[in-house]
Amino acid sequence: MWDMLSWLPENVSTYGGEIDSLFYIIYYITGVAFLLVAGAMIAFVIMYRHREGRRATYLHGNTILEITWTVVTALIFIVLAFMSQPLWGRIKQEVPPTDLQVRVTGKQFNWEIVYPGPDGKFDTADDLQIDNELHVPVNRPVQVFLASKDVIHSFFLPQLRLKQDAVPGRVIQAWFQATKTGRYEIPCAELCGFGHSGMLGYLTVYSPEEYSKWVKEKWPSR
Amino acid sequence: MSESAGVQAVHGAHAHHEELGFLRTYVFSTDHKMIGRQFLFLGLFMLVIGGLLAMMMRWQLGWPETPVPGMRWVPEPYMFEGIIPPQTYNSLFTMHATIMIFFAVMPIMIGCFGNFLIPLMIGARDMAFPVLNMLSFWSGAVGGVVMLSGFFVPGGHAASGWTAYAPLSASAIYTGVDWGQNLWNISLIIIGASSLMGSINYITTIINMRAPGMTWFRLPLVIWSLFITAILLLLALPVLTAALAMLLTDRMLGTHFFLPAGGGEPLLWQHLFWYFGHPEVYVLVLPAMGVTSDVLSTFSRKPIFGYRAMAMSMIGIAFLSWIVWGHHMFLSGMNPALGTAFMMSTMVIAVPSAIKTFNWLGTLWGGSIRLTTPMLNALAFVAIFVIGGLSGVFMASTPVDIFIHDTYFIVAHFHYVVAGIVFGLFAAVYYWFPKMFGRMMNETLGKIHFVLTFVFFNLTFFPMHFLGAGGHMRRIWNPMQYEFLQHFQPMNQFISVSAFILGVSQILFLVNFFWSLFAGKKAEVNPWHANTLEWAAPSPPPHGNWGEQLPIVHHGPYEYSVPGVEEDYLPQTRPHALPVTAGH
Ligand code: HEM
Ligand SMILES: [Cu+2]
Ligand SMILES: [Cu+2]
Repeated sequence: MWDMLSWLPENVSTYGGEIDSLFYIIYYITGVAFLLVAGAMIAFVIMYRHREGRRATYLHGNTILEITWTVVTALIFIVLAFMSQPLWGRIKQEVPPTDLQVRVTGKQFNWEIVYPGPDGKFDTADDLQIDNELHVPVNRPVQVFLASKDVIHSFFLPQLRLKQDAVPGRVIQAWFQATKTGRYEIPCAELCGFGHSGMLGYLTVYSPEEYSKWVKEKWPSR
Repeated sequence: MSESAGVQAVHGAHAHHEELGFLRTYVFSTDHKMIGRQFLFLGLFMLVIGGLLAMMMRWQLGWPETPVPGMRWVPEPYMFEGIIPPQTYNSLFTMHATIMIFFAVMPIMIGCFGNFLIPLMIGARDMAFPVLNMLSFWSGAVGGVVMLSGFFVPGGHAASGWTAYAPLSASAIYTGVDWGQNLWNISLIIIGASSLMGSINYITTIINMRAPGMTWFRLPLVIWSLFITAILLLLALPVLTAALAMLLTDRMLGTHFFLPAGGGEPLLWQHLFWYFGHPEVYVLVLPAMGVTSDVLSTFSRKPIFGYRAMAMSMIGIAFLSWIVWGHHMFLSGMNPALGTAFMMSTMVIAVPSAIKTFNWLGTLWGGSIRLTTPMLNALAFVAIFVIGGLSGVFMASTPVDIFIHDTYFIVAHFHYVVAGIVFGLFAAVYYWFPKMFGRMMNETLGKIHFVLTFVFFNLTFFPMHFLGAGGHMRRIWNPMQYEFLQHFQPMNQFISVSAFILGVSQILFLVNFFWSLFAGKKAEVNPWHANTLEWAAPSPPPHGNWGEQLPIVHHGPYEYSVPGVEEDYLPQTRPHALPVTAGH
C-alpha cells in the first residue's frame, strides 16, 4: 500500500510508459532525498539532545559544505529537466502523421465527439457526432482537436496518461496511441460548474477488425 | 540611524504620558502589538471556519450523498436534509481555500507576527505609520465580513475555485452564482488594500527604524522573511487586484476581458492570477521559514547555520518566484514551448529551498537540543516542508505533470506546503505567546496537541498522493461516479476519519490558548533565554516598547553557546567581543 507506484492505473498508451518511468525515477530520487534528510534530522535530534554539562558547538556555517550541497542539488534538477524535455516535446509539440482525426468539444457537462466521416473532412454532411463516445482502433495514432463551447474543461484519459485543457475560443491539438483494446473512462479534469463531477465520456479501443465493423455500421455512407 | 532614533525617542516619551480610553486601546488601537493581537484573533476565528468547511468536504468524500451530522438546518437548495449537493461542494472548496489563504494564514503569519515582531525585533517603538496600520487591520476585518456575507446571498457563495478561472467565474450563467462571486471579488479587492497598507508599513519600518547597531546582517531571519514577504506582496497584489476588478466588470458591466464570446481571452486571467499566485505561495511560506529559523537556533542553543545563505536564498526565492508562474499552466493550452521554459525556472527555484533545508539540518548538528513545544512544531515544519518540496519535483517535470495535474497529487502537495505552514504558525504562537500576553502556554497540553496534529496531519494528507497517483481528480464532488476510482473509497474514508481527528485535536490548542490567556503561568522577560531584542522588553511590552532608552545592538541575533560566555546565550543588547570562527 505504501508503494506509490502500485497505485498508477494500468497504462495503455505508447508514451504512457515513458511518463511512468520518469515518475519512477523522480519517485526514487525524492524518496532517497527524503530518507536522508529525515534520517539526519532524527539522528541529530537524538544525538544532540540536551544533556547537562554539554555545550552546543559554536559554529556559523561551513562554506565548502554549503557550496557542495548547492551544486549537487542544482545538478540533479538540471538533469531532471533535461530528461523531461524530449518526452514533453514528443507528447505536446509533435503529432505523428495519421489519418485518424477526431474533434472533441467540451460543453457543460458532456464531451461532444465529432468524426469526420468517410470523406475525412470536418464540417461536411457526412460528419458523425456522438456525445461521450470516442471510438478508436488500437495501435494507431489518433489526433484530437480539442475545443470548448462554454467554459474550460480538461480532457483526461487516465489510462493513456493524457490530459489537455479544452479552452473556449481555441482549438488545441493532442494525440494518443492506444496499445490495448478495451473501454476506458474520459473524466473532465478541470472544474467546469456544478456538473463537473460526473462529466464523463468513454473511450472504446477496438481491434482493427472490430473498428472497421464499427465504422461500417455507424458512419454515414457517402 | 541616529536621526530616526531621535524621532523615535521623542515619540516614545510622548506615548508614555498619554492615557488612552478603552476604544483607542482595544478597538481602534494604533499600537502595533494590539493590532498584532487583533489579527491573531481574526485569523484564529477564520481558521476554525475554514477547518469546518474542510470537514464537510471530507464527509461528502468519505460517505457521498449521506447527511452531514448536525447540518440538517441548512435550507434547500444549499443542502438537502444535510446532504451536500454538487454546487455546494464547489462553494465549500472555493471558500475553504479562500478563507485559509487570505483570512487565516496571511492574517496570522503576516498581520499578527509581522506587526507584533517587526518593531520589537528591530528595536523600534512602533510601526512607521501607526494609523495606516490600524486601517490595515480594519479594512481586513471589513473584507472578512464581506467574504462571510457571501454565504447568505441567493445563489450561494462563489463556486469557481479559489483560482476563479474565467470564463466559469466571469459570468453568472455558467455557475448560477451571482452575488456570491461578486462579493468574493469585492472582498479580495478590500483585503488587497489591507495587505498593501501593511506591506508599505513593514518595508518602511524595517528600512528606517532599526535601533542603533541593528545592521542588515544583524536582523533576525524572521524579520528578513517578513521584509521579503512585504516586497512580494507590494509587487504581486496590485496585479491580482487589477485582474479582480476586470473580472468584476466582466460580471457586472458587460466588458469582455475574459469572455471569448466578446473577443476576450480566458488564458489572460490565468496568467494574471498566477503571476500573483505563485509569489503568493512564498508570501504564505516565507514567514513560516523565518519563524522556523529563529526557533531552531534558539532551542538548539546554536548559531543558525549559514545565516547569509539563508537570507540570500530567501531573496533568490523571491526573485525567481516572478518567473515560474507558468508551471500552473502547462496544460492550459499555452504554447508548450513556454512550458519548457517554465519547467527550467521551476527546477531552479527548488535549489534555494533545498539550501534552506540543509541549513536547518546544519543548525541542529552539534546543538544542544531542547524539545519544547515551539521546537517540536518547528522541526515538524521542516519535515513537512521537505515532503511538500519533494512532491513538487514531480509536477515540475512537465511530462509527469500531464498525468498528475488537477489530481489529488496536487492537493497533497499544496497541503504539505501551505497547510504545513500551520506548524510554523503553532511554533510562532507557542514561542511568542509569553511576550504577547505575558503568560506561558501549558507545555504538556502543547505537546499532546503537537503529537496528535503531526500524526493525523500525515495520515490525512499523505495518502492523497496515492489517490493522485491513481488519477483521482481534485474538485470532484463524488468519486464514486467513476469506475476507475471506486477502489479508492476505503482510502477516502480513512482520510476523512484522520481529518476529523486532526480537526478535533485543534480543540486542545484553543483550550490551551484561552486558558493560558487568563490563567497561564506568568512569563519572565526572557523565558526561552533567547537573544533577539523582543526578549529585552517586558512581557508584555508597554506602549512604546522600551523605556526612556532605545536598545543598542552589539552583534547578530544567533550568538548561542559563545565560548567564553558563561550562559549559553548572548542577547543582542549585551556587549561582548566575539571569537573569530571559520566559515563566518
Ligand atoms: C484541517 C485540515 C485541512 C483539511 C482536512 C483540508 C481538506 C481539503 C479538501 C478536502 C480540499 C478539497 C479538495 C478537492 O475537492 O479538490 C481542500 C482544498 C484546498 N485546501 Fe485544504 N484542508 C485543510 C487545511 C488547509 C489549509 C490550512 C490550507 C491553506 C493554508 C488549505 C488550502 C487549500 C487549498 C488552496 C485548496 C484548493 C481549493 C481549490 O481547489 O480551489 N487547506 N482542502
Ligand atoms: Cu469539468
Ligand atoms: Cu507556482
